[in-house]
Parts: sequence; C-alpha cells; structure tokens
Amino acid sequence: MRILLTGLSTFWGGRLAQALEARDDVEVIVGVDTRDRRVPLERTEFVRCDSTFSILTRIVAATQVDTVLHTHLVVDSTRAGGRALHEINVIGTMNLLAAAGAPGSPVRKVVLKSSALVYGSNKEDPYVFKEDVTRSRGARTNVERSLLEVEAFLRDFADDNPHIAVTLLRFANVLGDDIDTPLSHALRLPVVPEIFGFDPRLQFVHEDDVVGALTYATAHDVPGVFNVAGDGALPWSEICALVGKRRVALPPVLTNWAAEPLRLARVLDLPVEVLALLRYGRGIDNTRFKQAGYEYEHTTAGTVDAFARGLRLAKTIGDKHPSYRYEHEVEDFFRHSPAVVRSQD
Amino acid sequence: MWSIDALVCAGGGWGFAVAVTEIRTDQPAADLARGERGAGPEITARGERGAGPEITGGGALVHVPRATPDEEAAEQSSLRLSDVDAWGRSEKMRSLTRTLYEPIYRYWFRAEWEGFENLPTEGGALLVANHAAAIPSDAPVIMHGIERDMGRPVYGLAENLFRALPVIGTLWSRSGGVAAHPDNAYRLLHDQHELVLVFPEGAKGTGKHYRDRYQLRRFGRGGFVEIAMRSGVPIIPIAVVGAEESMPILWKSNRIAKLLGIPYFPITANEVLFGPLGLVAYLPAKFRIRVLPPIRFDVPPDQERYSRSRVMDESEHIRVRIQEALYDMLRTRRSVWFG
Repeated sequence: MRILLTGLSTFWGGRLAQALEARDDVEVIVGVDTRDRRVPLERTEFVRCDSTFSILTRIVAATQVDTVLHTHLVVDSTRAGGRALHEINVIGTMNLLAAAGAPGSPVRKVVLKSSALVYGSNKEDPYVFKEDVTRSRGARTNVERSLLEVEAFLRDFADDNPHIAVTLLRFANVLGDDIDTPLSHALRLPVVPEIFGFDPRLQFVHEDDVVGALTYATAHDVPGVFNVAGDGALPWSEICALVGKRRVALPPVLTNWAAEPLRLARVLDLPVEVLALLRYGRGIDNTRFKQAGYEYEHTTAGTVDAFARGLRLAKTIGDKHPSYRYEHEVEDFFRHSPAVVRSQD
Repeated sequence: MWSIDALVCAGGGWGFAVAVTEIRTDQPAADLARGERGAGPEITARGERGAGPEITGGGALVHVPRATPDEEAAEQSSLRLSDVDAWGRSEKMRSLTRTLYEPIYRYWFRAEWEGFENLPTEGGALLVANHAAAIPSDAPVIMHGIERDMGRPVYGLAENLFRALPVIGTLWSRSGGVAAHPDNAYRLLHDQHELVLVFPEGAKGTGKHYRDRYQLRRFGRGGFVEIAMRSGVPIIPIAVVGAEESMPILWKSNRIAKLLGIPYFPITANEVLFGPLGLVAYLPAKFRIRVLPPIRFDVPPDQERYSRSRVMDESEHIRVRIQEALYDMLRTRRSVWFG
C-alpha cells in the first residue's frame, strides 16, 4: 500500500502514521499538513502544504499513492472556528477529493474520519442512530454543517468514482490517555459540569479503537458508512462517578450563556454541540462495523474505566510523554540513511 | 403547570401524554452504501435490521454470531456503578416508584384486571390502550399492575416533550419512559423482546373534554400497527375504565396552551374541588382494566413499508375492539367510584 495521509500533525494523523509504519504491507506513507508534526516518525515522508491542499494533485501524481487517508477534518470546534474550520474541512476535502478523482489518478481507496456529530443531539432523536438515519433537526453549529457538507462531497465522489472504495467512519466521542477533547477536558477538572436535571446517556470510543478502526479500514476493503463506538452507553453521572469526580450543575435554561464565563476564564470551553450532548446524549449503533469484521478493544464502560486509570496514574507521575521536538537531521537520518535497518527490506 | 403536573405523576409512577401517532418512516438511506458498489461479503446495506438468523424477508441477511446478552451484560456490569439500561430505565429507581405507588394502586384506584392471561410471559408485545385524564393516570396503573403481577418490565412510549424537561425527564426515563420514536419501539420489541405500552390517541385522548369520555379519538396514522408488523410482535389491546373520571377536564384553553407550548391547558374537576391541590390529587375512580386477546399479523417482519390500507384497516379494527370493550364494561358498571 502506498498511503497519503492528511493531517499528519494532528493528533490522529500522528497516531495513525505511527501505527501504519509498523505494518509491513505499507510501502510508503506520505503525510501532508500545514505545521510540523508532533510525534517521532521513522519512515513517513512529510510534505508541508497549505490548509486547503491545493498542491495535492501534483503530490498524488508524483507519489502514485493508492490509498488516501483523510484524518484532517476538524470535529472539535474549540480547535478551529469560523473561517479556518470551513477552509480545512470543506475546501480541504474538496481539493483532496478532486486530486484523488483526477483523470489517471492511481487512488483506489479513500478513508475519511468523520464524527457522530453529523447526527446531532435533539429531543426528537432515536436513542440509537443507525448509519442510514438522518438527523432530526437541521445543524445549528459550523462544525456540524461543515461535516455534513464534507459527507455530501464524499457521497458524490463515491457515486462518480465507482472504481474507488470509499469508507466513511463516524466516530463517537473519544476518550483516552492522550486525546484532549472538550469532554475529556471536562472530566479532568476537579469538578465536572453537568446540566441541571439532565443525565444523558453517552457513548464513547477509546482512542486505540479509533486508530484501530482507521487502520482496519485502510487495510481491508470495507466501502460504506460505519459508526464506530464502544458497546453500551452510560449516564453522564455514572461516567463522572467512574472517573471519581463530583459534578457541578449548569442551569437548564440559558446554558450557553452560563458556560460563557468558563470559556472566558479559559477553564473549559464547552461548545454548543457538546452542551446539546450533555442535555440529550447520543447513541450510535456500532453493529455494522462489527459485521464488517472489526473487533473492538473497549466497550464504553471499558473506555471510561481505562480513562479513569490513566487519570489516576497521571495524578501520581504527571504527564508521561516528554514533548517531542521536530529535528530535521534526526528525522532525515531515520528516513533516508542506509544505516537504518528497515523492517520491510 | 406542566412541571408541577408531571411531578405529581412522579410521585405516583408516571403519567404519559403519549403521542406515537407521529410515527414517521425513516428517511431513505442517505449514505454511501446506497450505491452498493462492490460491497464485500461482509457488508450488506440492508442487513443491519436483522441481526439474527431467524428473520426472513429483510433482503440479503448476513449471519452474525451474536454474543449472548448475558455475557455482554456480565462483562459490562463489572465496571458499572449504576443499573441504568440502554433506555435510561433503572430497576432500582423503578422498584422505588413501585413501592411508593402501590398504596395508590391498591387503595385509591383499586385496580382490577380481566384477561390478564392474554399478556405474554415472554417475547415482545405491543400493548395498546385508550388514554384519558388531564394528567394521564392510566399509564402508571397499567405499568404497575403488569410489573407487579408478572415481573416483566414495561416500557412506556411517550411524547419526547418529557425528554426536554429537567429532573422530571430524568426521573421519567429512569422509571421506564421511552421517547416515542419508531426506531426505539422497533429495538425494544424486535431486538430485546420487551413489553411496550403505547397510547395511539396521544394527547388527543388525554386532552378531551369530560363530555367526550370513553369516546376514542383517532388512532394517529396507524404507526403503531406498522411498528408491530415490522417487529413481528402481536398487538395486545387494553381497555381501561376509570381513568376518565380520575381527572376530568371541564374546560380547556387552546390559546394558553399555545402560549405555553404544551399540548393542552385544562381546568379539571380536581382543581375546582381542591384548588391547587387538584394538580396532585386524582379522584378515587375505580379502575377496571380488560386485556383483550392478542392480534397477530401474518405479514413478514422487517419490511421497509407495509400496505397503507392494511395498516389503516388494522388500526381501525383495534380501535373498534377497544371501543366495544369499553362500552361493554360501562354497561356493567354501577358506580364510578365503586365499580
């Protein structure tokens, strides 16, 4: 496999590149991103480009990649908002798909990492979403709108390119030792916010299962749309209890205003879509991806438990990962020196 | 008004202003699988409806070995701290509300059942009953009676309005209330073989004037029949006498209801008699509940659509049967209060 990986400097891009480097059937990994990467990598080639991937057609043609792995989508609106979000998600995906579907393109597989955010969180919702159920109300936030737009592009792309296997994975909220999301951030605080009178059931997926699922979709032919989430759903109160935290209530009306001081004080940024989740919760049906052959490592309860264990360890020893500094010489040595013994040789 | 109302029910075990009448069919698959491009042997776009091999007629099905629910539950429960299930129901919470409700059930409403043997001891079934009283008193009585005497949980489908209410919505959900969505009903009936209670009249039944008592309203658009057909479960009609008189509506205002965003705004006999206490106190009407023989549909389950006319016919047929049972029961009733 020759793989093009977008968003190499994002959390998921880095993780995935590391996981793919370990596989013998992966010949080449070309990572593109706008910034320097943040994890040590041995044989992944890095190309810096602008956030909208406008030079991608040339990279695809030059490297003859057969698989495109798109992990660059922003699903956490605290990371990029407004214009930047639109550029990365919508325009970026548009250019990426244009490059992958260009005449003579060697690409035969596209895997895209989306989010269960596309289902929203409303009181009219079913308790568990299947892949073919559409959301009950229109999207209100930029991030949800952009993801819906991206999925629509992908749908058209799949229709126009029947020879390319297109896999769309929608992930539930992620928890793990390393990933930082609004919810994991909330669970790391001394007291965890909830919305007064609401105790929604939430579903989580472990960060290792995210990497596992993306690797699985890359290595196997599983075209289609799949939900990815651990089995089961837990009430927020129970999640907090498992993590060993007390809760503090936000008012059930004008919740977004009440969350504003927390944002301003930089304590916690709970965007609108996360507040909706803390009100109504969301469940997604993971059976289709299981039927496609993927075996989950963690259930939702297992994910929360693993997160709680990590939290307890971190309380004692602090951050276990030393921060990585990108150094050209070292990276180049690993990638190009004949002295480095590579597993696939 | 509504919050107080519902709190009242909370003490007693849940009123459901039920409207499953708005059941809509899922929008067509808006996904990539639609194209079914070279979908490998692992995936069938339509296969996800039927997880077990016992189902026929749902298109190409894939046999998937399913972990037994017991195993999964055991693995999960070792990590769990509460017993809240996938529907938000907590057996602990439910048994607490049952304990609190028992005196009301036994000494206030003095509920008596006929045809209890028509309820299945195992397998899924959709219980369909008539709906009455400004704050419906029938749902808690039916759920309480079945859970007490049969030991099977009953999930009550209700308008998703409850889900949006702080505290009450949570308590409602913990006590077995489920938002009325076709997917939820299908999962409960087909996948989990549970008993599900539904009031197809919805708020049209509970919001009717006292002079219209025991006159059944329209049974929605027959969505409940379609759900039962799709899940392959029988419908068990239930006729309830007594709920109408427990909180009769003397007058109602559509304008105020619209302003407050609630289905109806009633002045009840209870409020006239007891003032604000009337929101809490039901009149001690004698409850008689008749369970009618189950109705089975000889149609294959898991179909995308069922004949509209067949669905409407069955729906009307069930309505008529409940209506006739009600007339029959009212003929033999000597007193509203003593039965």
